[in-house]
Amino acid sequence: MAHGPAKGIGRWLFTTNHKDIGTLYLWFSFAMFLLGGSFAMIIRAELFEPGMQIIRPEFFNQMTTMHGLVMVFGAIMPAFVGLANWMIPMMIGAPDMALPRMNNLSFWILPFAFALMASTLFMEGGAPNFGWTFYAPLSTTYAPPTVNYFIFAVHIMGASSIMGSINIIATVLNMRAPGMTLMKMPMFVWTWLITAFLLIAVMPVLAGAVTMMLMDINFGTSFFDAAGGGDPVLFQHVFWFFGHPEVYIIILPAFGVISHIIPTFSRKPLFGYSSMVYATASIAFLSFIVWAHHMFLVGMPIGGELYFMYATMLIAIPTAAKVFNWISTMFRGSMTFETPMLFAIAFVILFTIGGFTGVMVAIAPADVQYHDSYFVVAHFHYVMVAGAVFSGTAAVYYWLPKWCGRMYDESMAKMQFWISFVGFNVTFFPQHFLGLAGMPRRYADYALQFSDWNMVSSIGAFTYGASQLLFLFIVIRTIRSGTPVSEPKVWEGAEGLEWTLPTPVPYHTFSTPPEVK
Amino acid sequence: MSRRATMLFALVLAPVMSLAASGKVLAEEAQRWAVNMPRGVTSVSNAIYDIHMIAFWICVVIGIGVFGVMFYSMYAHRKSRGAVAANFHENTTAEVVWTIIPALILIVMCIPATSTLLKVYDTSEAEMDIKITAYQWKWQYEYLGEDVVFMSELATPETEIYNTAPKSQYYLQEVSEPLVIPVNTKVRFLITAKDVIHSWWVPDFAVKKDAIPGMVNETWTSVDEPGVYRGECAELCGQGHAFMPIVVNVLEKEEYSAWLSEKKVEVAAIRELTKKTFTLDELMAAGEEAYNRSCASCHMANGEGIPGVFPGLKGSAVATGDISKHLDVVVNGVAGTAMQAFGGQLSEVDLAAIITYERNAWGNDTGDAVQPIDVLKFKQGQ
Ligand code: HEC
Ligand SMILES: [Cu+2]
Repeated sequence: MAHGPAKGIGRWLFTTNHKDIGTLYLWFSFAMFLLGGSFAMIIRAELFEPGMQIIRPEFFNQMTTMHGLVMVFGAIMPAFVGLANWMIPMMIGAPDMALPRMNNLSFWILPFAFALMASTLFMEGGAPNFGWTFYAPLSTTYAPPTVNYFIFAVHIMGASSIMGSINIIATVLNMRAPGMTLMKMPMFVWTWLITAFLLIAVMPVLAGAVTMMLMDINFGTSFFDAAGGGDPVLFQHVFWFFGHPEVYIIILPAFGVISHIIPTFSRKPLFGYSSMVYATASIAFLSFIVWAHHMFLVGMPIGGELYFMYATMLIAIPTAAKVFNWISTMFRGSMTFETPMLFAIAFVILFTIGGFTGVMVAIAPADVQYHDSYFVVAHFHYVMVAGAVFSGTAAVYYWLPKWCGRMYDESMAKMQFWISFVGFNVTFFPQHFLGLAGMPRRYADYALQFSDWNMVSSIGAFTYGASQLLFLFIVIRTIRSGTPVSEPKVWEGAEGLEWTLPTPVPYHTFSTPPEVK
Repeated sequence: MSRRATMLFALVLAPVMSLAASGKVLAEEAQRWAVNMPRGVTSVSNAIYDIHMIAFWICVVIGIGVFGVMFYSMYAHRKSRGAVAANFHENTTAEVVWTIIPALILIVMCIPATSTLLKVYDTSEAEMDIKITAYQWKWQYEYLGEDVVFMSELATPETEIYNTAPKSQYYLQEVSEPLVIPVNTKVRFLITAKDVIHSWWVPDFAVKKDAIPGMVNETWTSVDEPGVYRGECAELCGQGHAFMPIVVNVLEKEEYSAWLSEKKVEVAAIRELTKKTFTLDELMAAGEEAYNRSCASCHMANGEGIPGVFPGLKGSAVATGDISKHLDVVVNGVAGTAMQAFGGQLSEVDLAAIITYERNAWGNDTGDAVQPIDVLKFKQGQ
């Protein structure tokens, strides 16, 4: 175990080292983030003014679809898997992940999945154009022929996620250092453990949905085809049975990250640790029983509507408890505001705003007006971008010095934070107004009364997009020439096993398990 | 509360607005920079608006409280001010309190939400029924029991969309023929679709319901004020999703009856035309117009289609081959593809003109003139 990394490309292709694999995941996810981001830039450029200027509606739909798919499955999910790979073994005092070869495989099938999906952009008929929610029959009978590539790609991503999850569960349950009971586990580990169970539960459902599509398209079945006795609404039930837990799959690890950063920079232990654990678990449980709140207008019986409305509102309670806990952690702390903390605070504010609009859209009668409008687009970008992406960025600033033993440039990073923060809000806050004023989502072109806010939103989007290039620059510069740091506790207030390791973290760590008090 | 609320909204959220000067300018600017939901013109839209505002203000109050504490402690408990961290990390009372208070607030919100939802769902005792059928990318309105049915599709010309002509005031919000309903009348809508899922949305009525193939959804409205109201398709339905607006013309009851009788006369006149024989030129002229309206979104105005998605008709075997095959495709559609059955959507006259046009335009030059009566015979002969 004394050897270091192998040389050359082989190091990355055949690696079974959790840190290497974590790095691969993170770079892959950032590449996908830029790809999905460039799709978003095309969308916002087209929507800058009314009228079709740069692309045709057909291509616009491909862009919205690919943007959603690439961001959810290519950027956000792999980013948190990357963080898990890096941090979970270090946090629980394990030498590596439990199943290192499977770890390698679960990463390396991902680039193939996305290459396959992106290649459809260059094929006849174009890329998937039915939205990231791919409702049948638009995605079956009426889909371009490339839908088969999409289905195959989704299967591969699903397999990757399931393998990743099994690995995380096996690691967390079997490889904790002596003395680390479940209720002593760091929050990031807890949130990932719960997320991994969610993934194992719902990825097969997604696989089922796309397999039924495949059968309908190619083998003459009629799962979702009313003319053959099937039901298009069935598709939505199956999809959202996967899709709702999916949004918590994305956000729970983000909660975990924030639960580390806030205590560190408040120099005070996390408030309400055990209630955080229970809140996470109950959010995960509730996420399985609220799916049809995405379908309030499909013509469900009123009993169903009421049930899904009440159940959805319940989620607000554990979520609010989390926010209160973070704020209580800050309260009477001794705070400093380094970049990770700035992103974490922005997360708390913006995610809470997304939570507010979440409660609003959960009100079934009001959702008559909100549903499928830009209000919903604003809502989910507040929870997905300000939630997942901000916390991912916070995590990188927070742990990067530990990983590579070099400190990022604080003032440049703060500038990047402020550009992102302003850019993000200028992009998405006006989208609330657009939705309330009646602009539907996924519109390639719009009526004149929506012109002004759309222009504002596009300007914000370009700003936000540019700030991500700055982020890339900062990270590369840190890795290559950042100021060296060597104390194990890079941050004064940081607690946990990972901060007992030398900085930069050696290639192999915890070959002998540490003892937890 | 409405106007004041909107103003507050605007002042809090869009400081741009406060720059606008006098009354009229302010009103115009408020329209351009609209930030809130319309109150609308139905009892349901008013009820929904109220719930929306209640929810909004509850969120504002909670937000001020929560962020207030956070900003206070960010100010007061910062290391640079010499703050020393306390060491508490739980407080059961606080945790119980902040579980119970949100729960109570949610219960309070559920009460008006439930009663409004019951209202939205109450389609009983409707005074008239209109069946709305969504197609890619247009709406068909059928006045049940009145023998009146027509298509309503985008009237904005391509030139405006592709920026070669200036955009008119109701850009993308104007249709070939609006839905017409009487004021203060409970109208039930029976909503379905023929191809993919669409969603019929008129914000001022607070009516939005998915149009799903193979299912008929019900909803209703009763409009308080005559006027023209505009809406749009809200569920992604393909490339024409943004281009299938809704316009509803709400008339006084007498005007509505007059419109309805006129409409019936018109329908009878069109039926009469079916018996007439047209010249090739007449059919070509009518056909070009109707083709551009109903078919060009897929097959393109130049007849070349979109490769891999929609076949071109220029030189196509069907458009230059056997007429009855051509009739069959257009009248009955091609099952399992985007090619719809136009037999029930277009009049015999339009169908004859379109088919004639397709057989002679773009160098297809078959010389065939298909007459409305041929179409009728084809339909009846099936
Ligand atoms: C929503 C898109 C769409 C619209 C609108 C549409 N079509 Fe089609 N059309 C198709 C598709 C897709 C096919 C190919 C069907 C197949 O796979 O056989 C097709 C096929 C055809 C064909 C047979 C072409 C061939 O060579 O096989 C004809 C003729 C035709 N359409 C005429 C029309 C006419 C006339 C209209 C207007 C009244 C129209 N279409 C409107 C999508 C559309
Ligand atoms: Cu539609």
